[in-house]
Amino acid sequence: MKAHFNSLCLTAALLLAFFGCPGNAQVDPVEFENQEQQLRYQNIIKELRCLVCQNQNLADSNAGLAKDLRRKTFEMVSQGRQYDEIIQYMVERYGEFVLYRPRITAATWLLWFAPFIFLAGIIVLAMIKIRKSKPASTASFTDAELAKARSLLESHRSR
Amino acid sequence: MLKKTILPFVVFVILVGFLAMGLNRDPREVPSPFIGKPAPEFSLPRLSAPEKRISSKQLLGEVWLFNVWASWCAACLVEHPLLNQLSQADFVKIIGLNYKDTQVDADNWLQQHGNPYAMTGFDRLGDVGIDYGVYGVPETFVIDKAGLIRLKHIGPLTGKDIEDTIIPLVERLKGENS
Repeated sequence: MKAHFNSLCLTAALLLAFFGCPGNAQVDPVEFENQEQQLRYQNIIKELRCLVCQNQNLADSNAGLAKDLRRKTFEMVSQGRQYDEIIQYMVERYGEFVLYRPRITAATWLLWFAPFIFLAGIIVLAMIKIRKSKPASTASFTDAELAKARSLLESHRSR
Repeated sequence: MLKKTILPFVVFVILVGFLAMGLNRDPREVPSPFIGKPAPEFSLPRLSAPEKRISSKQLLGEVWLFNVWASWCAACLVEHPLLNQLSQADFVKIIGLNYKDTQVDADNWLQQHGNPYAMTGFDRLGDVGIDYGVYGVPETFVIDKAGLIRLKHIGPLTGKDIEDTIIPLVERLKGENS
């Protein structure tokens, strides 16, 4: 077990050495014509995944690819390209996976809605269960049982 | 009673099945949006001969491999002997994309390890790399006679990849009319 863990660590270290995922990106010295462009740039690099360091966005990653894609994004923003255009440009090259929030398509709707479908299913199941169990609480007694209860009450009272 | 104990067990088995599938998948293998789409056009200076250019258009009508490599890429060394073998067999044209490298380093690297490439494009800033969605060098594309990308392989090729996937695919594509 320990050897297994060690080899896992080794693999992770090797992967890091190969692909290099330095954290905390330095701020690129970029200058925009106006604040609107700067905001667009920042929104885009926050929304896009760095494919080398898959759990970081372009803004956070300092991997070579992230730098290049930030540069590309900067160029496109400076050319006045719109948010959707730039996102589309990246998706065409790197696939839907580049988006942290996948768009709702035939392939991804289940991903988006499965939790709500499960919730609805559980509510329906719970309601069926509750309905079924109701009659048990208003269970009726047989005449003999009622007579016995009455006689018990009587004897209690007369004591 | 039996039903009550079996149901959670079945759910458990299904869940384990999904988790096992997830564990055995490589999260780095991102499905490529390129399969069946036209290879992005490029025109680049040639490595070792920067006065000449190489463009994707001049390769139309041929089946070719497009291999992205760099002298700084350790994993490229792993697959390199296989590419050399493949090129010696004169089976398919291999075009290189030298990605984010320097001319000198790249030339030295080819001299040292052999040059399997019919031509290599020199992509200093990695712009062609971005157009091809490159994120894990080495990467290899198989492009058909009509200029469509038919396969994208990320990471070093193994002998098994070449024998089981690349060679049969190229053979099939050679038989297609463009």
